[in-house]
Amino acid sequence: MLKFWNSSVGKKVVMALTGLVLVGFVIGHMAGNLQIFAGPERYNAYARLLQHDIIELTWAVRVALFVSVVLHALSAWQLTRRSWAARPVEYAMQEAQVSTYASRTMRWGGVFLFVFLILHIGQFTLGWKWLLPEYVPDGAYGNVVLAFGRPLWVVVYLVAMFFLMLHLLHGTWAVLRTLGVAKNAAEPLQRQLPLIIAVVVTVGFSLVPLGVALGVVR
Amino acid sequence: MSGTMNITLKVWRQSGPSAPGAFETYKAPGISPDMSFLEMLDIVNERLIEGGKDPIAFDHDCREGICGMCGLVINGAAHGPSKLTTTCQLHMRSFKDGDSITIEPWRAKAFPVIKDLVVDRAPLDRIIQAGGFISVATGGPQDANALPVGKPEAEQSMDAAACIGCGACVAACPNASVSLFTAAKISHLGLLPQGQPERYRRALKMVAQMDLEGFGGCTLFGECMAACPKGISIDFIKRMNGDYIWGSVTEAPVKVTLGGG
Repeated sequence: MLKFWNSSVGKKVVMALTGLVLVGFVIGHMAGNLQIFAGPERYNAYARLLQHDIIELTWAVRVALFVSVVLHALSAWQLTRRSWAARPVEYAMQEAQVSTYASRTMRWGGVFLFVFLILHIGQFTLGWKWLLPEYVPDGAYGNVVLAFGRPLWVVVYLVAMFFLMLHLLHGTWAVLRTLGVAKNAAEPLQRQLPLIIAVVVTVGFSLVPLGVALGVVR
Repeated sequence: MSGTMNITLKVWRQSGPSAPGAFETYKAPGISPDMSFLEMLDIVNERLIEGGKDPIAFDHDCREGICGMCGLVINGAAHGPSKLTTTCQLHMRSFKDGDSITIEPWRAKAFPVIKDLVVDRAPLDRIIQAGGFISVATGGPQDANALPVGKPEAEQSMDAAACIGCGACVAACPNASVSLFTAAKISHLGLLPQGQPERYRRALKMVAQMDLEGFGGCTLFGECMAACPKGISIDFIKRMNGDYIWGSVTEAPVKVTLGGG
């Protein structure tokens, strides 16, 4: 078990499995969010369901997500340190041949997403006043409308969703290869399904701040 | 002279493993486009020797693209700009008259520079020694057709066996990972019946050795596959991962050591 965790492949497998949990979560979260377009009653009822009616289940999911994020980030950090140590002298010239922008931004994009995640939870779940002074507990719909009434937050969220798209584009493609279950392919670098997942999740999430900014949701 | 090229080279010079290195610039006039890249370096070296200077050290052997000895990072690409090509099979017609060409050694902690553009690739040998073989019980030879091998498996195995161990995958990888080499060596045996008995232990041992040697981890950039002169697919890395995962479940822990070569 310890040997597995210490190996580079083992750590990547941990990242892949926790990544799968997180991909499942963002798809569900994105779909749930879209209920905001069905009006305040529906959206607040959904929030009440999660935060009161099935709170035990919500906590179980929260614990699973917390463990996943910690293991994902820890493995990434340790593997990154190994990779940096593996090339102490940089090339004077290195031309990317086939690697995608998405794959090259996994690390710093991941750090950015981690920071965003803390801000996001602080803003809409914990109600940190410096992020949203008018936060009302159990007023999910109103909180969203207030937050995205400010252009700053619309921009922050849209930028975060762009990085989420890049992260998903590489992550959902790489996950099956890390776990050794992808099929052999003539062009293994091609990725149709990951592109669909990444775009659907990103557009779905972005509709909420855009909806408020454009006055569709108020 | 008509039909020749004038090239400017920016070459990494380092007199020994612990000496500090630096780039030196050399003018290379009168180069024929039909020369191979290494023949061009031979010309440059002859001129350096005539001028009483130390020639540029670089690895090479067969010069027909099959031995895996040569390997230079040329203008930021391992083995240069041509696909599916070793440095020795790269020709000067791939460049233009007046071009400036930057030449660097493979860069990895596990591949220390010996001199100039020559690096020590012994870690690749130690990865093979850790498990890249089959243990053959000797005895009377059996009929060749006693072990049926499917055509697709044979083809895939040969695709992996095309690896010449040049180390371009390490050189091209932003993580300096040796996963493509290790995966190819695990797979060309693991795909055949003869490789089955040790298949999962082989994956455990060779992965443990590559980690121990100080290579980085794979993040599936795909750069290795683009640099590989034999076009080895990153699908073999996926296969290595699968073998490693299954081996971690079914096999006893393995032990590997550094410097066993």
